[in-house]
Amino acid sequence: MVTSQTKERPDAGVETQFESAVSVKNITKNYGAVEALRDMSLEFPRGQLTSLLGPSGCGKTTLLKIIAGLLEPTSGEVVVNGKTVTDPGPDRAFVFQDFALLPWATVLKNVAFGLQMRGVATSEREDKAAKYIKDVGLAGFEQSYPHELSGGMRQRVGLARALSVDADVLLMDEPFSAVDEQTRRKFQEDLLNLVQHENKTFIFVTHSIEEAVYVSDQIAILLPRPSRVSEIIRPSSFRNKGVENIRRDSEYLDIVDDIWASLRTYVE
Amino acid sequence: MYLFGYRLPGMSSLVIWALLWEIVGRADLTFFVPPLSEVIATLFEIIGTPAFQKALGETAYAFSAGVFFAVVIGITVGILMGKNRLLDELLLPWVNVFLSAPLTALVPVLMVLFGFGMKSIIITTSLFAVWIIILNSRAGVKQINRSLVEMAHCFGASPMDAFFRIYFWAALPEILGGVRIGIIRAVKGVIIGQLLISIVGFGALFELYSANFLMGHFWAVLIVLFALAFTISEFLAYLERRVAYYAAKR
Amino acid sequence: MLSRANTLKILSALVLFGAWEIAGRVPVSYAFPTFLDSMRSLFEMIGNGMMYEAYKETLRPLVIGIIISAVLGIGLGLWVGLNNFFDWLFSPLFIVMQAAPLAALIPLLVLAYGIGLTSKVLVVCIMAMPVIVLNTSGAVRNTPESYKEMGKSFLASRTSILLRIVIPAASPVIFAGLRLGISAGFIGAILAELKITPTGVGDIITYSRSIADYPSMYAAIFSIILLAVLFLNLLEKIETVLFKGNQRGYVSD
Repeated sequence: MVTSQTKERPDAGVETQFESAVSVKNITKNYGAVEALRDMSLEFPRGQLTSLLGPSGCGKTTLLKIIAGLLEPTSGEVVVNGKTVTDPGPDRAFVFQDFALLPWATVLKNVAFGLQMRGVATSEREDKAAKYIKDVGLAGFEQSYPHELSGGMRQRVGLARALSVDADVLLMDEPFSAVDEQTRRKFQEDLLNLVQHENKTFIFVTHSIEEAVYVSDQIAILLPRPSRVSEIIRPSSFRNKGVENIRRDSEYLDIVDDIWASLRTYVE
Repeated sequence: MYLFGYRLPGMSSLVIWALLWEIVGRADLTFFVPPLSEVIATLFEIIGTPAFQKALGETAYAFSAGVFFAVVIGITVGILMGKNRLLDELLLPWVNVFLSAPLTALVPVLMVLFGFGMKSIIITTSLFAVWIIILNSRAGVKQINRSLVEMAHCFGASPMDAFFRIYFWAALPEILGGVRIGIIRAVKGVIIGQLLISIVGFGALFELYSANFLMGHFWAVLIVLFALAFTISEFLAYLERRVAYYAAKR
Repeated sequence: MLSRANTLKILSALVLFGAWEIAGRVPVSYAFPTFLDSMRSLFEMIGNGMMYEAYKETLRPLVIGIIISAVLGIGLGLWVGLNNFFDWLFSPLFIVMQAAPLAALIPLLVLAYGIGLTSKVLVVCIMAMPVIVLNTSGAVRNTPESYKEMGKSFLASRTSILLRIVIPAASPVIFAGLRLGISAGFIGAILAELKITPTGVGDIITYSRSIADYPSMYAAIFSIILLAVLFLNLLEKIETVLFKGNQRGYVSD
């Protein structure tokens, strides 16, 4: 039994209650004969965290990379802040599942990398990088190398790097899947705080139902073969309850159960 | 590499190089590079000759014997080193030393001790190959997943059973890899041995041809040698793939 | 007190040299001097400057050859690694060269370039270049897609991706290739000395052999093997330090 949440069909036309930072319009992606995404349309409200949730093979990472400009769609377009985009741009930053840190560079240089590519001068970018390193809780590790850090710490470096370029849209590709469970829980709590304090739009890919319901303002459920948005859920009652109380909230538990019920038939 | 939309096979640029060779040869740019066609013609001429057959036979014999000893000694020592810590610590520094040492420098010693003949060449060949075989056999034994050992123990396998059903197969891909590299080194060893000792096999032929400036013959023999070496190497790679299909990430 | 590892290393060295000494005393062959005799000869030759003069000669083609091979090899390797056409054109050539006994070309080089420095340098080059080119091109080609994607997502230009991502990522393997190339270069240098004209250390070896001065001959051989091994081990240590053990190149050719 679900209460006080809004469930909608994707073409319901109800979206105009929120301004969209990112719009995905009729995106199709084919790899030869394989149709990875078919005519997918989705809106991502500004300043909120939208999850793309679904079983493997539903094209959520593909969609994320198309939004990032790392992949070209076969047809359709992506509109960010009113402008159509095809390549990576300063308005979007990406957090990678496998961290993608340069192993030969220190944490400081890794975090400063995005700024370096934008032509920011060395001392300025290293100062900025140091600030974000502190923000993600890695103060003191500026001169460490990735291989000296745990998985959780490495991902925080990746996050700091993505935050440091001041992009409007933060794209996160299963960012917590490569760390252990405890670290993952901590990250989820930190993410909620981050979304509240940063004025950015977050697009978050995950295959974990609990994670999606925990962190998201909006969950888009994607189904595979062919990839499509099956529903959009907007949990409402527990958003401001404080991080420790969410996992026992009854709406949270109901939504998780509902999603699982509809997804379980798609698990191989 | 695509041409007009068709995928070109891997080594197809060799055709271009062959053409280039022919052109350079015809243009008579240098005495030392006769046209490829002439070389191939010479090749067919001399393949049947007794001199060539003898050289090939001697080389094949030295190579096979050398490889045989290297493989037998190498795998045995490698496995023993993998299983026994003391032996490993005593021998490993030396294996590493000889692996990177310029073994060519040892050939004069062999010549002095064992004379100018087949024996020295066989020993040279073995020396070139054995170190990497030892190292890889040792690695193969060492990397056997501890879980497999515990599993065997758990299910009550006898030592013989465990060895032949599990350890042997678990170590095999690594060992085969070592044997492949060892054999390639053995090819170099047998040639270097012949070059320096030079009265047998292809070494003798090279001396003969260069003394008489028979460039066509020289290149023909060289091509045969290179083709043989390459074929052996590819064949071994194929064998390795066939046998080691289960070796995931190496 | 020395660590167990080092104690055993010294012990095994003693065992080997001891065996050498005993074999020499037996004697295993009239042409097999004892370890001590050979060492005595070695120190004599170092003392009277013969070793130094000899190595000056021997190392010349080696150093020149290695420098040329490194520069050309890495350059060509980068080119082949980044450009599909040149990969198609050149890779098969180097793959064949890698598997083939290139030493067989030495008589040809002697015929064409005589017995001087040129042919010796060329010998070092043909032995060293293939592995350098192949390692470099392989490393560049196999740059993890993840890093390149990351660079692209942060708006790195193609040049930036090449200089700041591809090349640093490829460096360990390129360095390993250099190390293997130098190892092959040593073999080339010695072959050149023994086969072309004996100069330097090769001269000591051949001359001592001809006058049956076996201690000197073995001493010279011992010295060059020692030098090569020490130098290559030094390179490996540098490799570990430079790349901080988190990215290692291929161990064997």
